[in-house]
Parts: sequence; C-alpha cells; structure tokens
Amino acid sequence: MTTEPLRGRAVIVGAGLAGLRGAEALRAAGFTGPLTLVGAEPYRPYDRPPLSKHVLSGHLPADVTQLPSDLADDVEWRLGTAAQSLDRAERIVRLSDGSALPYDALLIATGTRARPWIHPEESRLANVFTIRGRDDAARLRAALAARPGRVAVVGAGFIGCEVAAVCRELDLPVCLIDPSPSPLSRVIGRAVGDHIGAVHRGWGVEMRMNSEVAHLEGTDGRFTGVLLKDGSRIAADVAVVALGAARNTEWLAGSGLSADKGGVDCDDRGLCLDEAGIPDPRIAAAGDVARFPHPLYGGRRVALEHWGHAIAQAQHAGRLLAGEDPGTPYAALPNFWSTQGDMVVKSVGLTDGADAVAIVQGDPADRRFLAVYGRAGRCVAAVSVDSARWLPAYARLVETAAPFPPTDPATDRPLKKLAIQDPGFA
Amino acid sequence: MPDTTLLTQIKDFANRADPYPLYARLRQNPVSWQEDGTPDGVWVASTHGAIASLLGDPRISSETLPPADRPKTGNPITDYLIKPIKDRIIDSHRPFIFRDPPDHDALRAAVMHQFTRERVQGMRARSDRLVDELLDAKRDARRFDAVDDLAYPLPVTVICELFGVPREDEPKFHDWATQLATALEPDSLTDKETRAANSRTFDAIGDYMADLIKEKRKHPKDDMLSGLANETTPDGVKMGDYDLIATSVLMLVAGHETTVNLITNGLLTLLRHPDEFERLRADPARAPRVIEELLRYEPPVQFRLRKTLSAVDIAGVTIPEGAEVLLLLAAGNRDPAVFPDADKFQPDRSGIRHLGFGGSLHYCVGAPLARFEAESALTALTRRLSSPRLVEDPPPYRQGAALRGPEHLHVAIEGMA
Repeated sequence: MTTEPLRGRAVIVGAGLAGLRGAEALRAAGFTGPLTLVGAEPYRPYDRPPLSKHVLSGHLPADVTQLPSDLADDVEWRLGTAAQSLDRAERIVRLSDGSALPYDALLIATGTRARPWIHPEESRLANVFTIRGRDDAARLRAALAARPGRVAVVGAGFIGCEVAAVCRELDLPVCLIDPSPSPLSRVIGRAVGDHIGAVHRGWGVEMRMNSEVAHLEGTDGRFTGVLLKDGSRIAADVAVVALGAARNTEWLAGSGLSADKGGVDCDDRGLCLDEAGIPDPRIAAAGDVARFPHPLYGGRRVALEHWGHAIAQAQHAGRLLAGEDPGTPYAALPNFWSTQGDMVVKSVGLTDGADAVAIVQGDPADRRFLAVYGRAGRCVAAVSVDSARWLPAYARLVETAAPFPPTDPATDRPLKKLAIQDPGFA
Repeated sequence: MPDTTLLTQIKDFANRADPYPLYARLRQNPVSWQEDGTPDGVWVASTHGAIASLLGDPRISSETLPPADRPKTGNPITDYLIKPIKDRIIDSHRPFIFRDPPDHDALRAAVMHQFTRERVQGMRARSDRLVDELLDAKRDARRFDAVDDLAYPLPVTVICELFGVPREDEPKFHDWATQLATALEPDSLTDKETRAANSRTFDAIGDYMADLIKEKRKHPKDDMLSGLANETTPDGVKMGDYDLIATSVLMLVAGHETTVNLITNGLLTLLRHPDEFERLRADPARAPRVIEELLRYEPPVQFRLRKTLSAVDIAGVTIPEGAEVLLLLAAGNRDPAVFPDADKFQPDRSGIRHLGFGGSLHYCVGAPLARFEAESALTALTRRLSSPRLVEDPPPYRQGAALRGPEHLHVAIEGMA
C-alpha cells in the first residue's frame, strides 16, 4: 500500500466530475508534481444533471454548467483527446492523437456514455437523440424548441422520465415507451414505480409501458416514428433514446486490468485489480466506471452512476494515489436524485435484491411519500418522492442495517401497522 | 454521574447573561436527562449532531402543548357544555409551529404561498426606510435604548404591515405578544397560572384577529392576511377560521419576539467586538456574514421543545416514548466538533451550518425577514453611531431563557449621523 507521498507524474483519464474532484484531492493531499487531465470532450469539466432538465427546458444554455474548481494553473489539460490504451509495463497511457503520457499514478475516471440504439443505421436518422454530453443536450434542446408534433422517449428510466417531464412543461406531446410495466421499475420496482407513472400520466405523458420498440423508422433520413414489437406504430418527430449508460472501459483492453462492460474492478481501497486480482498500487478508479466492493452490501461489487458518489470516491482515490492513506475503505452510502417536472425523487442505499417495500410516510395520493426497501429483514434503501427532508433519518437505518420493516411511528403515520409489498422489479 | 441540574441552572435568571458555560457542560453528554420539577423530567440534546439528527427524525413530534386550560366562568352551561367544545376546537387548531405533518405542511404551505418574493422585497426596502426614521428620531440624543428605540419597533412594524394590521392597533399586540411568547418557555407548560394567562391572551388576540379577518374578507387589501383569508393555494388549501386565527397569531407573535433579540444581541456583540463593528462600518457588504455568525453565536431562539412518539436510541442513550426532548440549538451552535473556536465570534468562518433558525420541516418561516431586518438595522447602526459605548455590560435581560435577549440595551453615543 502506498503510504509514501507520491513523486513523479500523475495522470487522470476522464475530465468529468470524478476526474476534476480527483485532481483537486491529489493537490489537496500535497501532491505538487506534474498533473495531466485527459478528456475526450473538448470542454473543461462540467455538471451533467442540468442537461436533462434545465437545459432541455431552455432555462439554462448548455454551455454554462462548467464546474467550479480550485485547481490552479499548474495542471495540463489534454481535452478533445481520448485515451486509447494503457500499457502498465511501460506505465504509459496512449492517446487518440498518437501521443503517450507516462504516469507514476493513474486515476481512471472515464465514466460512461449513453447506450446507443441497437440499430446503428436507425440511430443516425435526423432527430434521433441520446443525452450524455452538453453537445447532445444543446442539439436536443434545439429540436424541442422547434416544437415537434410529438416526442417519443425510448426508455422510462430516470433520464427518460426527466425528458418526458420537460416535454410536458414545454407543452409538447410526449410518449414514454418501456418494456417494463411502470417507469423506473428496474431500479425502484413496480410498487413505487406505478405511483411515479401515475404522476406522469397526470401531466399528460402518453405512457406506453409493456411495450418494446422494434425499430425507429424514418423517411429520407429523418425520424418519423416508432414501430413497436407488437406491430403498432407511434408517429413522432423526435426520438430520445434513454436506455441507460455504457461504461467506457474499452481502452483498458489488453492492459491486464480486470475490466469489462460492467466497469473496472477495484479493491476496497479503490486500487484497480489486475486479471489475477492483485491491486496495482499506481492505479485507482472513481466514479461511474469503478466497480468496487461495497462494505454496506456484504462486499458485493457495484458500480454507481451517482453524482455525489463520483465526488466522494474521487476524493478518496485522489488522496490514496497522493500517498495519503485514507485508512478506511470507501463506504459512502449511495444516494441520488432525479427532478422530474416539479417532482423530486431521491434515494439512499441500493434497492438491488430488495425483497420487500413499505410506504412508511406520507401518501402517494398526495404525491408525497417515502418508501423503505428491505432485503432479508434489513433496511437496504429508501426512496422519497417530494419528502427528501426525512431521507437522512432513513439513511441511518440503511447504514446500520436496521431491521425491516421499521416499526417506529412517524409524525404523519401514528399507526404502527405497515403494508408490506413486493417491490416488483421489472 | 452527569449533573442533572444543568437545565434548571440555565432557566435560572441569574445565568441569563451567559448560559454558554452551562451549555458546554451539557455537551459532555450529547443527550442527557435533566430535572424539570416533574417526575418525568426532560431530555436535553446539546451537540450539533444530536440536535440535527432529532430535528429531522420522523419520530419527533412538535405537538407539545398541553390542553388549553380556560378558567371556569361559574355559568354551568358555559362551563360544562360550551367550554369543553371550544377548548377542543382550539386545541385541534394550534399554530403550525406546534403541529406535525400532514396538517403542519398544509398550513405552512399556505403561508409560504403568501410570502411572495414581491412582498418580501417590498418589505426589505421599507425596512431600510423604517430604520432611518427610527434613528432620525434619536438624532440629537447622546444616549439611546437599542431595544425600545429600534430593535422592537422595527420588526413589529414590518410584521404588522405585512399582515395588514392597522397601525393604530399595533400597541395592543405588545402585551399579547409578550404573554404568548412564554409558550416557548418550558415551565409555562406546567405552570397553571401561565397556562391560564396564555389561554386568556390567546382568546383576546383571537377575537381581535377574527374581527380583522372579517374585515379582510369584506375589503381585501394587498396584504398577507387578506391573501390567507380569501385565496386558495395551488394545492387547494384554504384555511378555516380557527387555523387562520392561530396562524396569524403565530406570525405576529414571532414577528414581535424573535428578531428583536437578533438585532439587540447583534449590536451587543458588535460593541463587545469593536474591530468587527469597524469592519462592518467600512464594508456593509459583510452584513450577511455577520448576521449568519450572530445566528450561530447568539441565536434569538436558544431552544425548542419536542416530544418522542416512540423510544429513540441516540448517542448512547434511549429516550423513552412520550418523553419531552429539549433541542438546545444555541448549545449545538457552540459545538467545537463542528465549529472550530466555537466560543469566538468570527464572521469569516466558512460554511453555514448554524441552528439559529432551527432546521428541517420547522425551519423558521420568517428567516428572510429576520435576515434583512437585522441587515438594515446593523448596517445603519454601524454607519450612523458615533463612538458608541455600552452603558451597562451585561445589559439587563428579558425573562425568557428560550427567547433570550436584552430587555434594554442602553448605548451612549457622541452623535448620530
């Protein structure tokens, strides 16, 4: 384990939120040597959450979300340049412009990209969009501002739901299509997802659940509508493909690191593992791309696509690479939020594998409630809808693996009896 | 064995000027049981972590007020038929500071709906003018009382104008507010005489408000009471008369009894730290930092009472179900684990995590008013006072331990610009 202060060169691959906060942590931990940030996009690190909300609605231009930073000028930026491969024997990162960057410490923070539509030729039709970067968001914004007759959103995950809500805010007809029975049901299950679906329906989103898209159809290279597997068609002028994210690990092929489509593997400190499971003391990973054993979930390996996690894990990894041993494994409680119209969905913990869910506060009929997820009799996650003020209290239950269901009364729920439901993951 | 008399000492008027050493002793146990003259006693949370956690804990209720205790009249029909019904109605329509969700949320949302940006911004400009008028009245004085001459009349005028209480009726509120503010003092809940007096006062102010509400329904004006009485919120909430009376009484009392302490404690603290007085004078843009630090260092509301709905395990102790829990906000504000050099007044500290406005769902509704009123007052005082000097230090204090601040703050000056 590195306990000596880092000497030599540090390289960070990925100039997003994790890369930036990792760089700041390296400097804050006293590393003063050469520091290079490599970014595939031509921009300094910027914030992504507004891209699927305020940017699409036109409240913010796409180019104003650059992240504030306390990094000084002593940092080399290699922007618009992707990492192509990693040579651990030579300790070199090769870049798309043919150059090579030597490193003594390397932080892998290449994140994810939007998972593209399965038929590449269809995804090239005009007015078919994905959202990941700010250029994507600017293009989609322009298309929405042109007031299309209808928007088809393929995929009712968080991004899909956010886009659908923005469309309704803009008073654009929108159709949300997903093979699962209710929105978000892969992540939060049908028991809660049904309530989210009802809210979207109330906003006037056309819900096409239990529907799988076969093809995006076009005429003269222009998107004209969606053909579902059941043979029905939905005419639309704009398609937004929101099928989740794919991790950017291809460049690690041949490096000997244990990496695949699900991320790059780390040990409990954040150091990357090679194919034999041995940590490389010079390489750490952070953010969406890092798959690490989470102590709160029995050491199960998880890769989290959460904003706060990208910051916390990058800070942890930065200190680790700088030689400042954080002493404890990275164990921050996962949490995320999603703003859909004027509804805010927040969550703590991980719902994966939950076998039960109970609405413990509020009332879905008021669009204000909090659900706790249990797994094998312990609290593993909580999801709040417009009730985030209570979430810290439930975060403590998750952190301490408190018994499920929680039986304590709450100010708005004097009854101790809770309805326990099957979460209904799709 | 922890000292279980610390809360009693805090309530002792002799310790009003400086309760902070007692708070420090309480913090040695983040949550401790304290005597209060009843067999059950009261649990006191005194560290920042414990208080913040309890403020956001769904098992912690704000419904702490005992049933109303109105005196019997001697008329059996009134006493045995009408009074119990009236008591019950009033008890079930408490101000939302003493209510839990979901009722609390609906009432608060209705108030927030009336607290429009335009109204707040309008009062901000008005507040600056009021301060100047109040200080102009003392232009030739060589001595003034920061409480009577500025810190009391300013927030009273602001809240009355905001709610549309006629100027000529303002003096009536003085005694009512002083009496009702005792509801925040823990002993008032057990003291029979105080409870009876509070019931009487609430009835008196309630009768006044009921008449005023009628007037606002007949002739609506652009004020918050007219809005509350006549409008429905986007969520479809329109208050009934009892809630409307309780809510407006709450806002008027809060407007009378809290900001006065922020302004007075502020001037007192600045006079005790002349370098900071000078820095604010030289750079009025520092005011927000100064005010946030004041809300930490000398908060107008020192503590609030809550009740547990079930047993709560916290910081190594178990607070039993149905227990009273006193959240000592002012002690959490001096917690050295969160604020380095916590007992020093340092407006330049980073991060605002003070508990001066409480937290979570009962976070002070009037915070924006308090902030700009204090800003108007303190920037004007530092700008206009020439060679100010405290006549008495410590100054005489008001009775309250929860709502804590000087009764008077006499300041000798060489002139007023």
